[in-house]
Amino acid sequence: MGIVIIKYNAGNIFSVDSAMKRLGVDAIVSDDKELIRKADKVIFPGVGEASTTMKYLRENGLDTLIKDLKQPVLGICLGMQLMCKHSEEGNADCLGIFDVNVKRFIPQKHEDKIPHMGWNTITDVKNPLFDTTLENQYVYFVHSYYVPINSNTAATTDYILPFSAALHTQNFYATQFHPEKSGSVGEHILTNFLKL
Amino acid sequence: MLAKRIIPCLDIKDGTTVKGINFVNLRDAGDPVELGIKYSKEGADELVFLDITASHEERKTFTELVERIALNISIPFTVGGGINELKDVDRLLSAGADKVSVNSTALRNPMIIDEISKNFGSQVCVCAIDARFDGKEWMCYTSGGRNLTDKELFSWAKEVENRGAGEILFTSMNHDGVKQGYANEALCRLSESLNIPIIASGGAGNLQHFSDVFKEGKADAALAASVFHFGEIAIKDLKYYLRNEGINVR
Repeated sequence: MGIVIIKYNAGNIFSVDSAMKRLGVDAIVSDDKELIRKADKVIFPGVGEASTTMKYLRENGLDTLIKDLKQPVLGICLGMQLMCKHSEEGNADCLGIFDVNVKRFIPQKHEDKIPHMGWNTITDVKNPLFDTTLENQYVYFVHSYYVPINSNTAATTDYILPFSAALHTQNFYATQFHPEKSGSVGEHILTNFLKL
Repeated sequence: MLAKRIIPCLDIKDGTTVKGINFVNLRDAGDPVELGIKYSKEGADELVFLDITASHEERKTFTELVERIALNISIPFTVGGGINELKDVDRLLSAGADKVSVNSTALRNPMIIDEISKNFGSQVCVCAIDARFDGKEWMCYTSGGRNLTDKELFSWAKEVENRGAGEILFTSMNHDGVKQGYANEALCRLSESLNIPIIASGGAGNLQHFSDVFKEGKADAALAASVFHFGEIAIKDLKYYLRNEGINVR
């Protein structure tokens, strides 16, 4: 059934779809549960606010659907945060795929501007989404909340403190940064996901 | 470590023409998408596309262009110009823009900043400010620097931050086009008094100006147009230079 990008009230669906097109993949953007269940791979994008987005997912039955998916799933940015247990953003209970809570950045000095916006490096990258060529490469971030380092951390970035740039457990993959906006490095990561 | 950003700015007219690149002997130099791809490949960290047209028909053309940019460019891009209401923001974001830049509209109706950040998140809202130092203080202008307002730069910038803007794009009208460097003193004061990123604009003429704007101006990003369009500075060379100057760039 190919690649399905989950359609919901999030901001960057068009960008993710465009990135797929640049890789020669015609993804389906849909909220059709059957279609999502049958997909070879699922992308769960996201730019928005955690509590309102979770509310939308629950009202549309997408919360249980996403948790139960068996094929490779890639969460991006807010998508990744929603896959965690709880978010401080709007005090939202989330999907709980990753057993960790999302926290708000607290500036330690004046230079610590929030959101963490721009290009930063990823380190301690782990297979299979990341290969060693991605160690220390720059990717694009925009976020005010972060996922602490935990046993599912698949890549680390340092801003104010070291946090999870990516997560992985079983068939669930997630990036805090935007691979669809991270130039050739981002394309490399998306290609790795397509190859899973 | 978070990198300092280099941002080329493209002025768009009638959907295709890029102001100020007529001197470059490039094939299809007038196509902003092609130029955007070129800059992106050379290492630009973001792109800004400013719609300098006025009519409703031309706005439609611009929206179609935004879609074409989104399809072809794999780095973040901001669009600005002609954003009067929330509907315009929605239209541009739906076409694939990552951020929008508001300027005159925000000065006339500051609530638009609250509305954009509330509806789409503050990371979407770049507030552009054109200001001139009159010998006593920095005053803000609307309509591409044509009309003086009663807003003073530093208090307006603070207000913009409080209303939820995600970034400030500050252009010094005294420095713009003169190529003698950025307004580092004012930039530094902005950067030290605010907690959101500051994009510096106006005055880039040589490599050192970029180094200065990061070191002295404490800017988070530097925007320039003509030095890139006229081929005076290649982004690759600029990044190489900045790295040697000890500035963290991608």
